[in-house]
Amino acid sequence: MADTPKPTGSTGKPLNRGFGRVLVFVYGVFALSASARAGVQIGTKFSEAPLAYSLSALAALVYIVATVALARSSATSRRVAWFAVGFELLGVLAVGTASLVDGKAFPDATVWSDYGQGYGYVPLILPFIGLFWLWRTKRHEPVAETTAAKG
Amino acid sequence: MIGPLAVATHVLSLALAAWAFVEFFRQREPSRPLFAGLWLVEALVLVQVVALVVRLAGGGEPHGGDLVTLIGYLLTAVLLPPAGIVLARMEPTRWGSLLIGAAAVIVPVLILRLGQIWNG
Repeated sequence: MADTPKPTGSTGKPLNRGFGRVLVFVYGVFALSASARAGVQIGTKFSEAPLAYSLSALAALVYIVATVALARSSATSRRVAWFAVGFELLGVLAVGTASLVDGKAFPDATVWSDYGQGYGYVPLILPFIGLFWLWRTKRHEPVAETTAAKG
Repeated sequence: MIGPLAVATHVLSLALAAWAFVEFFRQREPSRPLFAGLWLVEALVLVQVVALVVRLAGGGEPHGGDLVTLIGYLLTAVLLPPAGIVLARMEPTRWGSLLIGAAAVIVPVLILRLGQIWNG
């Protein structure tokens, strides 16, 4: 606990500690499940719905990139995380809307279909939390979360 | 799929999650019993997975989905608690308790999906 790593090129609070570690875990779970889902869809029945399954794979990729970027806490990975989580938000909104408007194009649910309903709407909420965390850790002064509680 | 075992896993895991969330709100780092609880959940998941694998080997088939999906969920369910434990060990703050709580909430979801895929 005492060995606080040096913020390697990071501008603010480490992305990957405290709540960030919980976020990395949840993103990791989604990266894994989205990849598995996309793998099954593309491996077994890609021709049925190429668009939806390609989007599935894209979602999986975005979750993987976001997980890795959030887990490393460098200045570069912070930028990558902004991009990945922002893209994730656009993706869930776009695919969610598209799947409601044109259900036939999405016969089999992707992670982002119906705004992530099949996953308890977590895919819809997660990017907001991710963006909030990125914004919050950006500040220079330490956000007194655990330290204030002890005092 | 062993029904009573699945129920036991749900009850234990959700109780553990509730406890972990209480610890989180009390600003406590994860205690040894919390880690032990998640290991116990892992043990139940392993028994469930072994039971499923034995049935698969004996010619059983999933009724509500394909085999690949089932295996995907099996692997995820087995790997999730240890991953949560490792991350929580790296985080000896209240957030470690939240991590254990998160893992303990996700396991029942996976078991539920496993049951749906197996039973149809």
